[in-house]
Amino acid sequence: MGEVGSRYDLRGDRSPDAPDTGSFAGTESQVGWIHSYETGSTVDGPGVRVVLFMAGCLLRCLYCHNPDTWHLKDGTRIELGRAVRRLANFAPALRSMGGGLTISGGEPLVQTAFTHGLFAAAKRMGLHTALDTSGFLGARASDDYLTNVDLVLLDIKSGDPETYRRATGAELEPTLHFARRLAALGKPVWVRFVLVPGLTDDPANIEAVAKFVGPMPNVEWVEVLPFHQMGEFKWKALGLDYRLATTPTPTDAQVESALAIFRRAGCRAR
Amino acid sequence: MQDSTKAPIGNRQAHAWRTFNAGRWETAIDVRDFIVRNATSYEGDESFLVGPSVRTRAVWDKLQPYFQQERKKGVLDVDAATPSTMLAHAAGWIDRDNEVIVGLQTDKPFRRAIFPNGGLRMVESGLKAAGFAADPAVHQAFTHYRKTHNDGVFDAYTPEIMKCRRSGIITGLPDAYGRGRIIGDYRRVALYGVDKLLSAKREERAQVDGMWPTDEVIRVREELAEQIRALGDFVKMGERYSCDLARPAESAREAVQWTYLAYLGAIKEANGAAMSIGRISTFLDIFIERDLREGALQEEGAQELIDQLVQKLRIVRFLRTPEYDALFSGDPYWATECIGGMDLDGRPLVTRTSYRMLHTLTNLGPAPEPNITVLWSRHLPEPFKRYCIKTSRETSSLQYENDDLMRPHWGDDYGIACCVSAMRLGKQMQFFGARVNLAKALLYAINGGRDEMSGDQIAPPTAPVTADVLDYDEVFAKFDATMEWLARTYVHAMNCIHYMHDKYFYERLEMALHDRDILRTMAFGIAGLSVATDSLSAIRHAKVHVIRDDTGLAVDYRIEGTFPTYGNADPDVDDIAADLVSRFMAKLRKHQTYRNATHTQSVLTITSNVVYGAHTGNTPDGRRKGEPFAPGANPMHGRDNHGWLASCLSVARLPYADAQDGISYTVTISPNLAQRDGEGGIGNAVKAFDTYFGQGGFHMNLNVLSPETLKDAMEHPEKYPQLTIRVSGYAVNFVRLTREQQLDVIRRTFHRNY
Repeated sequence: MGEVGSRYDLRGDRSPDAPDTGSFAGTESQVGWIHSYETGSTVDGPGVRVVLFMAGCLLRCLYCHNPDTWHLKDGTRIELGRAVRRLANFAPALRSMGGGLTISGGEPLVQTAFTHGLFAAAKRMGLHTALDTSGFLGARASDDYLTNVDLVLLDIKSGDPETYRRATGAELEPTLHFARRLAALGKPVWVRFVLVPGLTDDPANIEAVAKFVGPMPNVEWVEVLPFHQMGEFKWKALGLDYRLATTPTPTDAQVESALAIFRRAGCRAR
Repeated sequence: MQDSTKAPIGNRQAHAWRTFNAGRWETAIDVRDFIVRNATSYEGDESFLVGPSVRTRAVWDKLQPYFQQERKKGVLDVDAATPSTMLAHAAGWIDRDNEVIVGLQTDKPFRRAIFPNGGLRMVESGLKAAGFAADPAVHQAFTHYRKTHNDGVFDAYTPEIMKCRRSGIITGLPDAYGRGRIIGDYRRVALYGVDKLLSAKREERAQVDGMWPTDEVIRVREELAEQIRALGDFVKMGERYSCDLARPAESAREAVQWTYLAYLGAIKEANGAAMSIGRISTFLDIFIERDLREGALQEEGAQELIDQLVQKLRIVRFLRTPEYDALFSGDPYWATECIGGMDLDGRPLVTRTSYRMLHTLTNLGPAPEPNITVLWSRHLPEPFKRYCIKTSRETSSLQYENDDLMRPHWGDDYGIACCVSAMRLGKQMQFFGARVNLAKALLYAINGGRDEMSGDQIAPPTAPVTADVLDYDEVFAKFDATMEWLARTYVHAMNCIHYMHDKYFYERLEMALHDRDILRTMAFGIAGLSVATDSLSAIRHAKVHVIRDDTGLAVDYRIEGTFPTYGNADPDVDDIAADLVSRFMAKLRKHQTYRNATHTQSVLTITSNVVYGAHTGNTPDGRRKGEPFAPGANPMHGRDNHGWLASCLSVARLPYADAQDGISYTVTISPNLAQRDGEGGIGNAVKAFDTYFGQGGFHMNLNVLSPETLKDAMEHPEKYPQLTIRVSGYAVNFVRLTREQQLDVIRRTFHRNY
């Protein structure tokens, strides 16, 4: 890891040129820093969706395919009101396709005030809402925050704390804690698990995740996402040390055996 | 005709109409009434469909060498000595023993005909380009004894129109060949037979005989006389193929045959740019259903009729010039056939024959023609929607148009002329008028009416913009004035063209298959909408510096800052596009049209977006000189960067009320993504279509192709003889496009994350 302020800075708001984020974790801020948005996705929740990628993330996953979303300062500043108006342009179409808004990132829970405001607005428009998160900042999502979230796409990257640390640079426990809380709340969850050969594909590691989420009735799906190299160019463009350049994408058989582990634990997996 | 024991026509009619439900259609010429009273909606899936018959395969095999040779050589054969009419050529066959549906444009397949009435120059340069000699007798006749449409138009054009034509601000005008975009109601021949149509025409004529002979009355009398003569010739043409067209069709085979011969007569008489066949599948289904019920036909025979009809429609050929091909490559003729849609009572007009028509793309392989157009309604049966999407996914050969949007305007028996122009069949025609280049008009506004490429003064001189940085209000005021001039000049040119076309190249058979009193539209068009829109957005939201040459001509622009672009569902810029459409339409409406035609407008380019771009200099949106425009109403390449949904919604925002001749939009998605989710993906696609059209979208060309496939096809065309791709408004055989057009198609936005 590098110095404070470098690309490897683990804290999204600690770079010398980072925007003032003092209020981001509160409920006051009416601005957010976003990376980009995409319309028409069919893989980030039910139906056809608008996906908003927030800037800022505290994890540094080795296989991250959006390293350009790590820092708030790399994002574009946008007023909440403007974001709500943009979303409204899509609302009738999204409703008609049984879809909605997914907020991803980066990590949406870095900017809870902004994402809370946007989720609330989406609910007022009658849209389905999904929070795509690592769960690492789950404690920031209050119960009130979660009332505006219909579905959590929870990326449990590993079942083994050491592997989690190696893959993300952070601790696993906050994510597990968040998952338990969601289970207690009965909040629908799709668990995501990125299958990275040589990093997360140890059967014991997969089994640990499977055993953890298997008994949770609120977990509707477990999605095994095969690692891909589509993010590589971004690492290079940002001058970052990409450590998975030689990592292969998993074979169909590897994906199938990961799915089998989840299914044996009682999960609906795909 | 061969029938020596010919029964009285009344008895023949009773036999032909046996078991049909009665209605107004029996006492008046009213095919729509016949369809809604007799069509059997089909709500099931495609499982009943069958493969091609032995005879169909035999005919298809006979045609393959022609297709192969044509790909290598281009035009295979022309009869340069015989101007085409219904009776100019002897009957021709492909494989007489196996052809169930007969009739060729000339005496041999792939032998093209000439149409000097439209313009001799076009014929002779077409012959030259194809390597054939012009015929001296034809030359003599059409220079000394007979004036052409083309000659007439140029007698009436003004110097200003000539300048506009040369500079390319108005392009593609049908002033040298057939205007097309007229759809005869070919079904009338099958339902009524020519004798009955003749008596209706005589009645129409008798009514105008009593009227005072104004210009219009005299014109109508002459036209009716021509129509009646055409119907007579048409019956004789049928005799050459042993078909008694005087009487109605008595079987499904005859219904298909009679309808096709009527279309064949039309394409023997006219070489219009677009020669649609109309909306025949569901009509024919009524005859097919009856034969199936009576046991005279099985499913294989039913599919055979449609397959063989489509084989004929796939070998229509016209002789065109290289300039024409630069605009519309791949030999298009838009034999557009519409399937689907709802009737006014809310019943789907989907029948088994709608499926059979789609199934020709499987039985015969993908192809651009006939230009199969699905009239999409939210209320269509789900299995039909799914089968359409599946067919698109496998063939990229379908286009979709919004029936829920058109039906309130045009009823439930309209067809699509060319790509996107709706018209009530037999009750409406259009005066086709290509398009003007709005992006160029914006540059004229900045340059005081001078052309940015040549420096010539084209529009009347006005004060050019002299500031270093473009001011939105100033530029917009000048642009508005330029559009005012352009609209006036455009209507002027169109009036000249259609006056002369009616006079010298009247479509007598097609019009004989119309009512006498019809709605005429005059269909104007705009190109470069997305370029003009993004340019205005750049001027408004960023700082656009002008770079001038030493004559003061603005030749380039430097943009400081960013600006929203059309194609991202952003009202800040989409509203500019919608306003331009309505604004130009309002200006067109100010000028009276020939025969009081109703003004309409399209946002459609076909493949001419490449040529328009080539003739347009640098634009304030950052587009470089010569770079192609986006096709139709599409956003510019790569600027709709927030996914297909945003792109669709931007296009859906354009107002159909001010673009009733159609708004074309082409979407290409990557096959691995379209196929990833299998059945679920089809369900999502159905929802996406319902949504896009529900939001007011008008048209969707859907391609399921990857850029890699297209690049490979450029390098190895022999591997992809039937690779079909939808471009603005129609489909083309990809390997027959020019290289520039191929590159343009590949450059266009491919949506990969559906």
